[in-house]
Amino acid sequence: MSSVRETLDHCVKCTICETFCPYSKATPLFPGPKYVGPQAERFRGTEGSPDYSLDYCSGCGICTQVCPQGVKIAEINSQARAELWEERGIPLRNRIVARPSVTGALGTPVAPLANLTLRARPARWALERTLGIDRRAPLPRFAGRTFQAWARRRRGPQAASGTVAYFHGCSTNYYEPETGERVVELLEHNGFRVVVPRQGCCGLPLQSNGDFPAARRYASRLAATLDAAGEGAPIVSNSTSCSLMLKREALEILEVDDEALRRVSERTYDVCEFLLGLHERGELRTDFQPLPLTVPYHAPCQQRGHGIGKPALDLLALIPELRLVELDAACCGIAGTYGLKREKYEISMRVGEELFAQVRDAEPDLTACDSETCRWQITHGTGVPSVHPVELLHRAYGL
Amino acid sequence: MTYDAVVVGIGVAGLTAALRLAEHGRRVLVVAKGVGSTHLAPGRLDILGYAAGGQRIERPAAALGAFLAERPDHPYARVGARTLSESAEWFRARLGYVGSADENFLLPTALGAVKPTAVVPPSAVGGDLRTGGRFLIVGLQGLKDFFPALCAANLQNAAPVRARAVELHPPLGGEHDVNGLGFAGRFEDEPFREAVVRELRITFAPGERVGFPAVLGLREAEGVWRELEERVRTRVFEIPTLPPSVPGIRMFESLRSALRAAGARIVVGDAVVRARTSGRRVEAVVAEAAGRTVEYSGESFVLATGGFASGGLELGSDGAARETVLGLPIAGLPPHGERFSPEYLGVQPFARAGLAVDERLRPLGEDGNVAYENLYAAGATLGGAEPWREASGEGISVATGFAAAEAIVQSTAR
Repeated sequence: MSSVRETLDHCVKCTICETFCPYSKATPLFPGPKYVGPQAERFRGTEGSPDYSLDYCSGCGICTQVCPQGVKIAEINSQARAELWEERGIPLRNRIVARPSVTGALGTPVAPLANLTLRARPARWALERTLGIDRRAPLPRFAGRTFQAWARRRRGPQAASGTVAYFHGCSTNYYEPETGERVVELLEHNGFRVVVPRQGCCGLPLQSNGDFPAARRYASRLAATLDAAGEGAPIVSNSTSCSLMLKREALEILEVDDEALRRVSERTYDVCEFLLGLHERGELRTDFQPLPLTVPYHAPCQQRGHGIGKPALDLLALIPELRLVELDAACCGIAGTYGLKREKYEISMRVGEELFAQVRDAEPDLTACDSETCRWQITHGTGVPSVHPVELLHRAYGL
Repeated sequence: MTYDAVVVGIGVAGLTAALRLAEHGRRVLVVAKGVGSTHLAPGRLDILGYAAGGQRIERPAAALGAFLAERPDHPYARVGARTLSESAEWFRARLGYVGSADENFLLPTALGAVKPTAVVPPSAVGGDLRTGGRFLIVGLQGLKDFFPALCAANLQNAAPVRARAVELHPPLGGEHDVNGLGFAGRFEDEPFREAVVRELRITFAPGERVGFPAVLGLREAEGVWRELEERVRTRVFEIPTLPPSVPGIRMFESLRSALRAAGARIVVGDAVVRARTSGRRVEAVVAEAAGRTVEYSGESFVLATGGFASGGLELGSDGAARETVLGLPIAGLPPHGERFSPEYLGVQPFARAGLAVDERLRPLGEDGNVAYENLYAAGATLGGAEPWREASGEGISVATGFAAAEAIVQSTAR
């Protein structure tokens, strides 16, 4: 029995998880984390899952965070979902959306055409009919270049007070290379040499889409790469979902038994966590110029799963004249690839509505959020551009 | 990150201590392994409902002296009557509640028992049974664990009132499994309220006070309740339900928003597993985060981790008990064989086990002296009380959370 599954005996049926679950509020198809998690799990011995409702769990993990008894509700559901898909067979759509490193590599050389196609209504209609990717869902644009290519060409400053290894993730590489450039530049600005190993996907989308065997292969491969990079230096990441995969989920949910992954897990830092750590030791440069902007900040669910508080709030508070608003809505609704799916798009938008309303109420210039898919969803739901907190720090440094 | 104060636990005691400290301008962190009992409790302030001998108390503040004479180790004895009343008034004003430590309302429970409670939301006041009268208890088809006929029948036995029941059938849109929170969301939709009012008017008799299960809206609860009173033209009141407790959630959200607005930081999902100490000072608490532990350091610390049910205290299979963050000793633990009485709701000696503290709410160590000069404790982790027999649970949490904050503010004056 897995260590995650053992926790279900601590469930006292208090319903606290149910009161926090944003998805069961948005759809009767998901009867809630307690029902689908610790309760149904008792019937999932050798027989498999008693029903399919757990596929409507988004894996946001809020239930686990709020549980006062330490039950790993989201993790139990994630493992059970993988077994469900193993029985039913994973649909082609899930296999495609779960491989951002493959789609990214395919789309990048033909970016103009791919972007045009993915924004053309007939193509989106066809995608919806053939694959079940909702035609309204926010898909990213291929940048047409990769962050890796930029990093290969880059010659950083000669003198450095320390080293970090940078885990940029797939989205930074193929869709938002400028975010990766900002991360490197502001780490260098603070005296670090930044090592960028060639790297693949962490396996999180595969885990979310129920393909554990493939997810384990990706996670182990990435762990081996990062383990060899930077000679034990901190591994810094701007994708809070992918770094959570390295810190915890691959070990706990996928149960990858791998010494390299364990070492990587302890070395991995979210970039804001890392920068705030520097600041606490008096090592962060604070030569910030004023940024007179109104910026609501949303901490994504997977960011909260790190258990490090919201370091972005304390970092951004260092920028003069920045009007920072902490948003407290639970979830944007996208949950990685959940909101892309035809049968889940409307649920996802209902979940996001509270957050979208809070954004609109703040009358913002920009919004800030650590996770890329959440940023795309927030922009999709509000029309307001959304950036990673490092973008604001980078601007305030005047780099 | 270094804070002026780190509060461990986000139940009523933790929220009170943290908010009070933030009001004093202190930089506060609340770290909790999960959400506390707020979501299970009725969201009201029970201060003291029953004397040590079981007699119902009408005036808690006035009865306190006699009560403490029999319960000298009670947390209220550390806090004192004045702070108890002040904390109740602070809590009332903060939440827009009604009442004080001077007097108990007598309110119906979902089973139709009567419950003495001191400070309550305005939407509870209409249920006060002390003035007698006629009551209509309303059930909602599909809401589990609330049986209006049972409530009404028991109320007639328990109080000098007349009560009858009705069940309404507002449309649930094809859904069959809707909990209290789901009903609260529906009460915020005008067509749903309209359906409720239309059906209620058919059966309502003028002069009756109307009691609903406490699911009358979440964010817009005050407006929902007032609108129902206006449309039915009588007193409408809420009766607490089994979990999830909608009034408890409202209270939690209100206090949490106030905390955020006051600049406090909140981390939910990190279990604090130990502390880093130096001599007689706590330097930091250590929490389990993803991948590794994190330290939260501070000038002062408040343990508001709860009792045995919440994991703040632990009873091992060897029969030994301890506090779970610092391993502090537990006072008042009866010897084996004398811990429990066979009567479930009888006097349970084990229940009064908990931390012993000095008059500033600092836990005592094995030697009977203050264990750490900058460590304070509040809420159910304190020993000396039997909250469910006394009807004193939230009262203890608010009074000790409030008093711990005051003690910190005094000892670290700026």
